[in-house]
Amino acid sequence: MTAIARPATTVRGLSPSQTALAQTAYVAARHLRFFLRQPWFVLMALIQPVIWLLLFGQLFKSVTSIPGFAVSASYLDYLVPGVLVMTALFGCGWSGMSIIEDLDRGIVDRLLTTPIHRTAIIAGLNLYELVSLGIQAAIIAGLAHLLGAKFEGGILGYGALTICAMLVGATVAAFSDAMALLLRQRESVIGINTMLKLPLTFLSAAFMPLKLVPDWITTVATYNPVNWAVEAGRAALAANPDWPFILPRIAALLVLALVTTAWATRTFRAYQKAI
Amino acid sequence: MNDTKHTWPIEAEGLVKTYRAGKSVIRAIEGIDLAAAPGQVLGLLGPNGAGKSTTVKVLTTLSRPDAGHAIVAGHDAVREPDRVRRAIGVVGQRAAVDLEATGRENLGLQGRLYGLDTRAIRDRSSELLARFSLTDAADRIVKTWSGGMQRKLDVAVGLIHRPQVLFLDEPTTGLDPEARADLWAEIGRLTADGRTVLLTTHYLDEADRLANQVAIIDRGRIVARGTPEALKAELRGDAVVVELQELPTDGHAAAALDAAGLGVATVTVARPSLDDVYFRHTGRTYRPQAQEAA
Repeated sequence: MTAIARPATTVRGLSPSQTALAQTAYVAARHLRFFLRQPWFVLMALIQPVIWLLLFGQLFKSVTSIPGFAVSASYLDYLVPGVLVMTALFGCGWSGMSIIEDLDRGIVDRLLTTPIHRTAIIAGLNLYELVSLGIQAAIIAGLAHLLGAKFEGGILGYGALTICAMLVGATVAAFSDAMALLLRQRESVIGINTMLKLPLTFLSAAFMPLKLVPDWITTVATYNPVNWAVEAGRAALAANPDWPFILPRIAALLVLALVTTAWATRTFRAYQKAI
Repeated sequence: MNDTKHTWPIEAEGLVKTYRAGKSVIRAIEGIDLAAAPGQVLGLLGPNGAGKSTTVKVLTTLSRPDAGHAIVAGHDAVREPDRVRRAIGVVGQRAAVDLEATGRENLGLQGRLYGLDTRAIRDRSSELLARFSLTDAADRIVKTWSGGMQRKLDVAVGLIHRPQVLFLDEPTTGLDPEARADLWAEIGRLTADGRTVLLTTHYLDEADRLANQVAIIDRGRIVARGTPEALKAELRGDAVVVELQELPTDGHAAAALDAAGLGVATVTVARPSLDDVYFRHTGRTYRPQAQEAA
């Protein structure tokens, strides 16, 4: 039996938590590689935010002239946070489909019989989603700049906006992963995803200031994390960012992202009970 | 070796697992006892739905049993799943390889998860790819490989960390005869280095050929166990198949045949097969084709 060595328990020289981080990176690399090998996926991911920016930019152009809009900047400056957060919401919501495909192929089962940290399976997938969201954020910034957006908050402001969008992305990705593990059906994941996206987007200040919408929408928006992200991100882009307004929202979004990720990780238990 | 613990690589006692499907409760396994000695190939034989895969899921820490306990590679599968996971290799029913990655990338990710470093992964991957005759395809996307090649890669991935115990759940299901024979040869070689293997199959010839211990599982219970030879020997004697030109009106075949002047067409003396063993213990003939269609 000398041929059978005792396998290493952790990555050489790393602590268990560092091992979990390393495993997260391996899982993210796997998904990123898959993404880069699908030219259509790459093209779609790049084009979608561009279309939204151009389309909504034209569609809602005249809202700035509505009395009470009260935004000194152009509608383009107003729109960018909405488009970026919407990109996060729409893109990351499909995260669960990767889980469904891995379930179908037996890859989830294979992973679960290795010593991989459960969190790394979810966190790795979500990290990949956030990397692609980061690329989309850069494209939106570049295009908006070309179209004449001013971004008075500068790089710091745009960075804060990107973080807000990423936290929304991490939350919906984890939610989508959890749904995939609990329901294990494409249709259910697509259905829930589609059902949530539009209300979350439009019951927020993404495209229209809340001053101009009915009171009930304002009330709903107060509890809508998408709205927290849009308003905090928009505030961060202002000339003098109101950090006491922004930071608590980022903190709340961070808590939400961590809680949903922890919940998604726990759904592996439900899955393992069901098989 | 696990001499310090004085346990066999696989020891399971009274494993029970039930599933809820709506209001009804499905009892997948109802008290499975199993043991495999070091270096043994234990064949778990039975039709689809008999409980083979559920047993494997419990032993590989994928699923928690409702009752009973399992010690795998010296550790409790329920209480110390992580220790069990480090010591086992699992090849599931479907080829669980990443189709969009190359052969090497598949082996690489698996190696990383067991904490192998870059060099160990490179060396071990090359060794396994060569062993399974996959070297030429190693850097091609697996999507372009044949089913047999994907299955061999699947087995190679399960071996990357030199597991003490290897689980193969219906490894040749869905393969053409040539790929099957090819994989059989590879599995035969796996035990040469002393590894313990648990193999599930619904092919009797596969169990007969590869396993040195067989447990027959039927409706969630083990109904017979032993070496394939012992199981067949239990049937006492050979089966004699006589084909007659006409049907005799009364019994007592052989002696009566001549006296009665009945012409014997052929006489076949057959060693009992695992089919016969299966029939004796379950009261049903073994027809994997029919089972698959069901």
